[in-house]
Amino acid sequence: MKISLSQIKSNNYITNIYLGTFLFSLSIFDVFLYSFLNINITSFLPGNLSLFFPLIIGFIGLSFLRMEYSGIKIIDNLNKHINTSNFNALLTLIIIFALLKALPPALSWMVLDANISGDTKQACTGTGACWTYIKVWFKRFMYGMYPNEMHWRINSAFILVIALGFAGYFFKENLKKYLALYYVVIYPIIAFLIIYYLISGGSFGLVWVETGAWGGLSLTFIVSFFCLIFCFPLGMILALGRRSNLPAVRYTSICYIEFWRGVPLITVLFMSSVMFPMFLPEDFFMDKLVRVIIAITLFEAAYCAEVIRGGLQALPRGQYDAAKSLGMGYWKMHIFVILPQALKLVIPGIANTFLALVKDTPLIFVVGLAEIAGMLALAKTNPKWLGFAMEGYIFAAIIFWIICYAMSKYSYNLEQKYKTER
Amino acid sequence: MNNKIKRYIPQILTILFVVLIFGFFTINAQVNMDNRGIDFGFGFLKQEASFDMQFTLLDYDGQDSYMWAYVVALLNTLLVSFLGIIFCTILGVIIGVARLSGNFLIRNSAAWYVEFFRNIPLLLQIFFWYYAALRALPLPEKAEPWFGVTYMTIKGYYIPSMIWENLSVFMSCLLASIISIIFIKIYAKKIQEKEGKQLPVLYISLGLITILPLLSFLFGGVTLDFEIPVLKQLAKTSFIFEGGIRLPPELIALVLALSLYTSTFVAECVRAGIQGISKGQKEAAASVGLNPNQILKLVIMPQALRIIIPPTTNQYLNLTKNSSLAAAIAYPDLVLVFAGTALMQTGKAIEIVGITMLTYLTISLSIAALMNWYNKRIEIKEK
Repeated sequence: MKISLSQIKSNNYITNIYLGTFLFSLSIFDVFLYSFLNINITSFLPGNLSLFFPLIIGFIGLSFLRMEYSGIKIIDNLNKHINTSNFNALLTLIIIFALLKALPPALSWMVLDANISGDTKQACTGTGACWTYIKVWFKRFMYGMYPNEMHWRINSAFILVIALGFAGYFFKENLKKYLALYYVVIYPIIAFLIIYYLISGGSFGLVWVETGAWGGLSLTFIVSFFCLIFCFPLGMILALGRRSNLPAVRYTSICYIEFWRGVPLITVLFMSSVMFPMFLPEDFFMDKLVRVIIAITLFEAAYCAEVIRGGLQALPRGQYDAAKSLGMGYWKMHIFVILPQALKLVIPGIANTFLALVKDTPLIFVVGLAEIAGMLALAKTNPKWLGFAMEGYIFAAIIFWIICYAMSKYSYNLEQKYKTER
Repeated sequence: MNNKIKRYIPQILTILFVVLIFGFFTINAQVNMDNRGIDFGFGFLKQEASFDMQFTLLDYDGQDSYMWAYVVALLNTLLVSFLGIIFCTILGVIIGVARLSGNFLIRNSAAWYVEFFRNIPLLLQIFFWYYAALRALPLPEKAEPWFGVTYMTIKGYYIPSMIWENLSVFMSCLLASIISIIFIKIYAKKIQEKEGKQLPVLYISLGLITILPLLSFLFGGVTLDFEIPVLKQLAKTSFIFEGGIRLPPELIALVLALSLYTSTFVAECVRAGIQGISKGQKEAAASVGLNPNQILKLVIMPQALRIIIPPTTNQYLNLTKNSSLAAAIAYPDLVLVFAGTALMQTGKAIEIVGITMLTYLTISLSIAALMNWYNKRIEIKEK
């Protein structure tokens, strides 16, 4: 891919700049006019040539512009970043043109021709997206079939749980040593009680709402929250077990971890919904949601364990030896010396596991729990609102994208922070 | 003495714990099954399945046994995984290399591609392609041909099918060419180690793999015909394509979503692998007098692959496991057919979920074992 255009370049670089800039802007202008205003200024050219005209013109323009040093900042930047060779110039042009071509239809579908007013399907008259659909179903997507007038219970439960989660930051100096105890034991229990009494109800004058009515994004949050706080301690125990020098403990942990890592989550969910009730005593009833949470917790704990094991392995042997030489026993050594350092190392890995967990929760739809994917499936088959699957999935995708992107950026920041500390 | 107790007590407790849990579950299962009149056993595998599958690779109909349904469904799962792995590798390598490009636009579009597809749950992506994007395709009678002979319609992608004559001759020719290529490679390596000469292995293999099968067409009596899909009117408004192969929309949506999603992870593996090689390696190779092609082939790639292959295999495994999401859009894979339909019909929850999990476990563990063996082999042996 080496096309030499040096013959047609003049020796005067000023001419080259003018000519190059003109041709390059002409090509972009042509594509812009065609895609935004639907005017084809090159219609006089025969068929395919008209299609490739901007590409050819832009390519020649960029090759005119390419030079060692021009003295003009923009052109120098252009040459340095997007116009280093013929091949790069071609790719650059293709990307720019693709963006220009894709933008107007996307923009008109999502914004310009879209509807958001009204409350019925009839309000959507344009050719664009029907955001009215999202507006009408918004509460269902967020809260599932939870009774409308009781949404405050979900909201306040979430606010309480989040506030308690941050409470650790405000601990006094003399309470700091109980921080781990708080997050591993006390916080999960309190959170469970809050969610149980506020969202489920049944006492304190609150009406009982069964878990079948829970749904939407709030269910996604509830499931991932509980799995998250339960799978971490379990994973820690498994990681220690796998590193133990007691064969029975080690092989039990290895079997556990390899088993859960070897099967897809969907079969685990199937197991929890159809097979698990067979394993319980006959008169013992366990709610489907609880079963699903247990299943996902057991599943993610195996992944968590592997991440933590990575941290344990990364610690130098000297740490173990030093702790032992101080006369510390197994538990003392791990709690005060090994785990604090190892966990710090694996924070990014843990964050990634949690990210995977959040992305996995929509799967509970498969066993009939109506979280957001389930609500979307319900809404799109509603006879009054047929034909808006696209809007629904784009809406859900945006929500999940924001959550997951924020999480991944946060974990990346943590990684950078701890990288510099060591 | 004290030490011995310290060693044994936790182990005994662990074993006791495991035994107790398993015992508890087994007894409960026994009682439950007795109460419901279900007996444990795998005899049902020989019974007639009496359900249909939309898309199969092998011949299957409702009169076949559950065993055969299992095999056919497993093949469907493997088909999706295979296609997904091929596409995600191609895409992943391109995107991974693009992320290291010097071109600002290319680098950033690749980065946004990765951020975009990685952060949307796979299930939503599958739903998006299946329920939203592929539903916008034209009906068969309105479909425009792609590449002249294939048709992308709302009912699936119709492609010409191949009709072979004397396929076995062609296959044996292909096999012969592959075996000879392997021998030539070994021979070339020997020559290089002995005399330092390099044979143009690539050109020789390319020649062999085209010429030998071509010869089979000329002299072996092999013929190849294409059956092109033709539009056929069933009723006044209902059209379908006949002939050729129909790839159902479920398969397309699944392969699309799986390969787009997994390609982002493969791209990150590729990027990490290439970045993991220090510049000194390249410079050292150049100063020994290797040309750029040789540097890439003999110095960079072997080292980069050592970093790239293990995590990439992991991603392939994930893709295979994620292919079970097929159940959500009714593509007849192992989970849908076996853990779904067959379970509903027979009610053998423990046996069927057990077999399904064991199948995935076998695939995962065998690939993991292979990977460990490979890792041991390519490990840098430090002296």
